[in-house]
Amino acid sequence: MTALVVYLMSGPETPELAEAAVEAGADLVELGFPFSDPLADGPIIRKAAERALAQGMRTEACLDCLARVRKRVDAPLVPMTYASLLEAYGWERFAADAREAGATSLIVADLPASERPDLRRIQLVAPTSTDERIGLAATLTDGWLYLVSVTGTTGVRAEGTPALAGLAARARRLTDVPLYAGFGIGTPAQARAAAEVADGVVVGSRAVEVAEDGPAALRDYVRSLRLALDS
Amino acid sequence: MSTHLYGAYGGRYVPETLVPALDELEAGWEEVRDDPAFRAELEELGATYAGRPTPLTLCLRFAPGKRVYLKREDLLHTGAHKLNNALGQALLARRLGKERIVAETGAGQHGVAAATVSARLGLDCVVFMGSEDMRRQRPNVERMRLLGAEVIPVELGTRTLKEATSEAIRYWITNVETTHYLIGSCVGPHPYPEIVRELQAVVGGEAREQLLAAEGRLPEVAIACVGGGSNAIGLFAGFLDDEGVRLLGVEAAGAASLAAGRPAILHGARSSVLADEDGQILDAHSLAPGLDYPGVGPQHAFLRDSGRAEYVTATDEEALAALRRLAELEGILPALEPAHALARALDCEEELVLVCLSGRGDKDLEAIVGS
Repeated sequence: MTALVVYLMSGPETPELAEAAVEAGADLVELGFPFSDPLADGPIIRKAAERALAQGMRTEACLDCLARVRKRVDAPLVPMTYASLLEAYGWERFAADAREAGATSLIVADLPASERPDLRRIQLVAPTSTDERIGLAATLTDGWLYLVSVTGTTGVRAEGTPALAGLAARARRLTDVPLYAGFGIGTPAQARAAAEVADGVVVGSRAVEVAEDGPAALRDYVRSLRLALDS
Repeated sequence: MSTHLYGAYGGRYVPETLVPALDELEAGWEEVRDDPAFRAELEELGATYAGRPTPLTLCLRFAPGKRVYLKREDLLHTGAHKLNNALGQALLARRLGKERIVAETGAGQHGVAAATVSARLGLDCVVFMGSEDMRRQRPNVERMRLLGAEVIPVELGTRTLKEATSEAIRYWITNVETTHYLIGSCVGPHPYPEIVRELQAVVGGEAREQLLAAEGRLPEVAIACVGGGSNAIGLFAGFLDDEGVRLLGVEAAGAASLAAGRPAILHGARSSVLADEDGQILDAHSLAPGLDYPGVGPQHAFLRDSGRAEYVTATDEEALAALRRLAELEGILPALEPAHALARALDCEEELVLVCLSGRGDKDLEAIVGS
């Protein structure tokens, strides 16, 4: 069965939203810890980050949000953030406090495998990654490898993810760790297409957009993804 | 090999998508930096196209009782030191087989330099510029467009250099296979800070020789303005080993990444950054768009910590006063950015002073007259 990962930005409503997502079939929730200058993110997550920061979602508040989500759901929770937050909070302290609050791992969008290889986290590889770098990331990664499906930033795309199949095939040859695909996947059809080559699918921007309409809308959306993946 | 070239500063804090391009850039740079053919082409363009060497001008009326020399990067083609870096990087981009240049710009000087070299070398050019900077640097927007560049307004955040840089990097992430990111300052992920320093080092190298020829001795102090810090690192590069030469960087008081910053990660590097205690980047404020940036090159943070260079600030008002003084007493209209360096040249203790006049002030007429 394909794992379904749903990304949500930290905020006051997030625990309720996360619960709805898991009830509707999400296997894992990524929790965005917003950064002022998120280089890997397209307009939707950028806007959500801006809003979250305006609501006071700084590191402590995000860790608190994580703990509150943990109380509501049993699914694995993974904070996704940027290096500057860890630099300010303390790298090891951040990892420890996130674990303490209920995180199962960590994703740092602007920390490639070659930087701080000692920090245990889920590593990302991209269509541009060399085989050598995919091998390094697979060796270092925590649980599964995040396949960045497009050469680009996060965000919903009409055209699908033509680079994913090649990347997944290369990664398969190099590692046995599970491969989860994200970036540019938003519709049930896109999720299903990605699931043909990946063990898991991550939806981010579209989930953040739908979550703005509340838990019921998110539940419907996640259910539609689950159905597409299971059918 | 470590990507942190400057103590704990530097690094490559970028999405994985860019790392192979940075590896390729690093390999390409290592190949060309000592390649006589590449150096010869760059020097030829410098001499016949850009106008190198630029003169050194003694300004006795500007600072009575001192001997203040200006390194006249304002006389370089396109009106600022930015062209030194743009020429070198564009030649490198062509060698790497890239068809397109993407650049960010604040004051517009780097955008104009990028558009200029792209036109000259037959490359496409896309420039991201904050809409607030487009408003306050209108002539440079028109220049870029005349040179064939596409100027894309950035409407995010403060609509200035920080956001323009983020958007240029995002564009690069999406088009990395065909596009070279021509970064305008000694910031960004490794190897950019090193490449930009080496390409700007011509400023300090020439100035050192020229001053020795004019005075028979080295300056007591070398002063440059610091936004991202490329003209300063270029000037300082000529004197790093001359322990008797004091190196003085001047930041805008409202954008003092070195004087008021903390270690943080911005645009791919760990450096001294205007950031809050959570690592969120703060807004900078300066009348000079080229200094209006919350980060600074990692080598400057290292030079500050090591004590080899000192960094002070100048206010908008001090810069404007120095600008008017240079215009009235020497017939030179500097850009607002190096006017910050001029302000500290007036009140420093030293007698023999070298200042990098990094650009000319035509672009700032509206801001100067309106202030």
